Amino acid sequence: MNWVVILKMVPDTVEELMVAEDGRSLDTQWLRMIVSEPDEHALEEAILLKERCGGTVTAITLEAPEVDEILYTALARGADRAVKISGEWTGLRSTATAQIFSTYIKDWLGQNLSETLVLTGSQAIDDLEGEMAPYLAHHLGTPYVGVVSGVRLEEGKVIIMKEFAGGLRGEFELSLPAVLGIQSAEKPPRYVPVAKVRSIMKSVKIDTVESSLPEIPASLSVEKMYKPEIAGRAEMLAGTPEEIAKRIVEILAERGLI
Amino acid sequence: MQGGILVLTEHLKGEITEITYEMLGIGRKMADFLKVPLYPVVLGRNVSHLTSHLGIADRIFLVENPALDMPSPNVVASILKNVVKEKQISLVTIGGTNLSMGIGPKLSAFTAFPFINFCKNITFADTSILFTSQLFGGKILTDTRLPNNRGIISILPGSFPANAGKVEGSASVERLEIPLGEPEVIFRKFIEPEAGDVDITRQGILVAVGRGIQNQENISLAEELAGILRGAVCASRPVVDQGWLPLTRQVGKSGMTVKPKLYLALGISGAPEHQEGMRNSQLIIAVNTDPKAPIFDIAHYGAAMDIFEVIPALIEEARKRKGAG
Amino acid sequence: MEPVRPTFWNVPHWAEILQYVLGAFALVIFAHGVYGHIKKWRLGRQEAISVFTLKRLQTFIPFALFPLRLSADPFAFVMHLTIFWGMVVLFLGTILATVDWDVTRLFLGFQFLRDGFYLFYELVLDIFGVFLILGLAMALYRRYIFRPKRLQAGIVSTFPLDSLYFLAILLFIALTGFALEGLRIAVQGSHWAVWSPGGFYLSGIFHSLSPPATKSLHFIFWASHALLAFIFIASIPFTKAFHIFSSALSVYLQNLSPKGALASGEAAGVERLSDFTWRQLLQLDACISCGRCQDVCPAYASGYPLSPRDVVLKLDYHLHHPSEENPIHNSVISAPELWACTTCCACEDTCPVFVEHSRMIVEMRRALVNRGTVEKRLQDTLTKWSRYGNSFGQSDRVRAKWTQGLDFKLKDARKEPVEYLWFVGDYASYDPRIQGITQMTARIFHRTGLDFGILYEAERNSGNDVRRIGEEGLFEMLREKNLHTLKNAKFQTIITTDPHTYNTLKNEYPLAQNGIRVVHSTEFLHRLIQEGKIPVQKRLNHRATYHDPCYLGRYNGIYEPPRRVLKALGVQLIEMPRNRHRSYCCGAGGGRIWMEETPGIQERPAENRIREAVSLPGVDTLVVACPKDIVMFRDALKTTGNEGKIAIKDISELVWEAMEPKEV
Repeated sequence: MNWVVILKMVPDTVEELMVAEDGRSLDTQWLRMIVSEPDEHALEEAILLKERCGGTVTAITLEAPEVDEILYTALARGADRAVKISGEWTGLRSTATAQIFSTYIKDWLGQNLSETLVLTGSQAIDDLEGEMAPYLAHHLGTPYVGVVSGVRLEEGKVIIMKEFAGGLRGEFELSLPAVLGIQSAEKPPRYVPVAKVRSIMKSVKIDTVESSLPEIPASLSVEKMYKPEIAGRAEMLAGTPEEIAKRIVEILAERGLI
Repeated sequence: MQGGILVLTEHLKGEITEITYEMLGIGRKMADFLKVPLYPVVLGRNVSHLTSHLGIADRIFLVENPALDMPSPNVVASILKNVVKEKQISLVTIGGTNLSMGIGPKLSAFTAFPFINFCKNITFADTSILFTSQLFGGKILTDTRLPNNRGIISILPGSFPANAGKVEGSASVERLEIPLGEPEVIFRKFIEPEAGDVDITRQGILVAVGRGIQNQENISLAEELAGILRGAVCASRPVVDQGWLPLTRQVGKSGMTVKPKLYLALGISGAPEHQEGMRNSQLIIAVNTDPKAPIFDIAHYGAAMDIFEVIPALIEEARKRKGAG
Repeated sequence: MEPVRPTFWNVPHWAEILQYVLGAFALVIFAHGVYGHIKKWRLGRQEAISVFTLKRLQTFIPFALFPLRLSADPFAFVMHLTIFWGMVVLFLGTILATVDWDVTRLFLGFQFLRDGFYLFYELVLDIFGVFLILGLAMALYRRYIFRPKRLQAGIVSTFPLDSLYFLAILLFIALTGFALEGLRIAVQGSHWAVWSPGGFYLSGIFHSLSPPATKSLHFIFWASHALLAFIFIASIPFTKAFHIFSSALSVYLQNLSPKGALASGEAAGVERLSDFTWRQLLQLDACISCGRCQDVCPAYASGYPLSPRDVVLKLDYHLHHPSEENPIHNSVISAPELWACTTCCACEDTCPVFVEHSRMIVEMRRALVNRGTVEKRLQDTLTKWSRYGNSFGQSDRVRAKWTQGLDFKLKDARKEPVEYLWFVGDYASYDPRIQGITQMTARIFHRTGLDFGILYEAERNSGNDVRRIGEEGLFEMLREKNLHTLKNAKFQTIITTDPHTYNTLKNEYPLAQNGIRVVHSTEFLHRLIQEGKIPVQKRLNHRATYHDPCYLGRYNGIYEPPRRVLKALGVQLIEMPRNRHRSYCCGAGGGRIWMEETPGIQERPAENRIREAVSLPGVDTLVVACPKDIVMFRDALKTTGNEGKIAIKDISELVWEAMEPKEV
């Protein structure tokens, strides 16, 4: 069984994000890149599945600064193989990344694709398209379900839990190969001690493969990128308790919260 | 009349969801601006009765098929693809909800229409529409225009007023017969949330109480308010420490991290540990006697007042509003 | 007739011979038992320590003669002293008697236990024999009638009622000794018998017996005395009595490196007993389950699932009842037990046999971290450290943002040489509740004309608590990064307000060998005051008490400088009952401040401490010298409903108040 995990680097929103001079993209000078959080859950879910059902976990990323550390961490966490697809990748949208990943996966697995479950984060915060998994499923010609928070194998079928709102979930069945957009793993991603990552760095190598930019029809472009107006300190409501209550209810009504 | 705006009617357990009305409301505006018709499309197993709530539409497309019970994004997208082609649709709006996630990209792959996700605002300028998306966890906004106003938009829930889309009565319904392939994802069953305690991380509205609530009896006041607002009560550490509420209700560093649509902080001063767990709420309204309480630094609206004066007034006011609406 | 020790009086020759045979037999069993212990210790890891050093003797001898550590409990102190000295003197007496009889008499033809020396010998032995009996009686009373909680250990690695056996057999040996002395005197009736007051007193009782009956009785007592003594000797290694050796050895071989310097060890930590060092295994054997550690443990007192005594006893039990492969975790020691420790070190500080409880706990934690079993909140914090270098999960770039509130610019120690490098620390840099105090400290330094600078965004958490959480690899990474930054800065002394930072920089960073001194701000403020560099504009009339932070006090022995600073400011200092090395932990250390609260805790350590401070009559201020204390105590002040009764202030706040009364 192949558990394939796609990890994507996104800007860390802990850092102050600045808009570049062109007014249409982020200023990359101050960016700190981290793994998209749902992707971390996808990796954890894959490792949990491997622990339960056997098989191998392969973590794949696109080349990016400090991405090696991410791959070593994935290995220390329990992945069996780490693949870095090298190339000049900047400002790619999900459509493009899905093509790069699907090309690699098809080349690599060929006929073995039938025994493959691809897991990646349900969404990513850095992309206007925001979802890579359905595009990937499209290119691989496999079924797809997103917002998954539980996976198990049953007689060659994949049984998944999809989250709806307010705690309601649905159980779905799909056959392999498939692509899943993971919302959260059954358990929070496990801790990887630094010493383990460091020893993996010395003992395991990352597979680096080449790829080139896919041809994508010119799509839309961002016209303007900007920061939302900072709310700053609260707008203080004054008056009698009744007046304040009235104003609060109005605010809620404006936002459709009541 | 070239083109048309297609709104994917989202429904769960036989009820149309709020996001649909939000989309219909703003969809109506877009349709009027572009001078094209507004078409909600309803697809599902037994869904014809839903059309009676879509009075705002110019015409309703109905796709009914026993196989369409909780269909996969792929199935929905392939039906939409047919509708787009057949009815010369230019804009499709889809709910940015868990339920509809994945349909947009799939449809985009089928139709080569560009896809815009996380849309939280739509403005009209000259001859085209400006779509504002919220990226990077709300830290950055982007404005995008669609070439020829053609594309697929995923709308963030809570971005537009739902009331604008709620028009009872039915427009003319056109049944579409679209052949379905073999479904590759089979819906098995719903799993209801556990009957145990409320999961506050999944609540859209939270009424949060802090030390200012003073004693256990007063929590029922907050619960009453939460009941009216259809939310749940949560708390800061001191309240949980006192054993007035279970640990599952604690917000903050030692408790849960919540991101509700509304966080109504009552008698919470807003220590950093608490802020950590609720800072990303979409709307924070705080009431606290101390005007210098740090909660006001991150709240959107605040009132420096005794919560025991404000809560009863709020309960009354909210009741009135609900009665009227 | 002259007084001479009547050895083997009334003992038939065959009995005398049998005694030597039995004695030899007892010694063989004893040796075999001791070997068994040594074999157990040798399961542990190698640890290179110098065994024969002057320093060890200098520490050991005073401690062995008069273990002041025990004086906190006067009853137990007297009890132990009387038993200990009784046993020592009687043992020496027995040795002397053996030499007198079997060496000098046999080979040199004379006995030195005669005349005046013999009478003195008899008197001393009798007195210490009485001491021994009194001590044993005290012990029996305390253990079985008074029954303090700390002695109620449910875990015994030898056999149940071991303590009773130990006390009873000693008591019988002592009593039979006196009885046979009395019986002998009753028959011999020598005029010097008054020099054996115990025996002389008892002889009165036996006067009514006929001489042959007395002699028969004497022989029976002699035989049972000898038999009991041999049984005792043979049983030492298999009973609690072994602590006579293991405890002494543990005291002698105690860890002489600073308490605040953890051994590097393996990042993988202690998974099984054999991952401890041989000395730590010896410490397990040395534990006498006195429970003093449990008495002072803040985790135990608050109702967390930890008793340092039981951790040691359980490990010792496991050492002697090994199961397959000796795994420790879950089966012997649970994870919640290990996470409950605040590493306050009160247990190690009070332990009479120098067991390293908290250090062992940290080493066991390393195994938990290595397995990835770290609770969610703590895991998030560890990730924050590795990603941003601080526990707040804020960007490293805003670490020095607090300096924006100052009307002067702080030097960047990376760019220009400074005399003092201020290592600010996470809480002082990032916590909005502490930043004001940090700014005040900066103003004090600035006003006194100090040449100082900070590392701005290059500073990383020093790793003190990271290490005590058990994330050794992350600690090493943080230390490497800090050392790299420090290497490129020019300065002479590091100064910090955070005791945790202070501890690791001082004891765990290789700085001293490069001539770099690390000082805590309280030491430094004290010096400034001594040099008259802090102009006290206004004498403060606070009535205050001072809380010794664990990592400043117990770990590094800094008790007086902060107190002298306070007195110099005019503060009237009232001590809490638990002060200096008995200070009570606030509960933040060892990573506890980032762990989820255990449900059902009766009273958090900080709350307990607040109550102690509030109960002091007329005290208006609780002075602290640790940023985490401010956070913990201000919170506890709220949760205990004591707001307004007492102010929690950092020592810098008071210094600034005295320097610039107008600005406060």
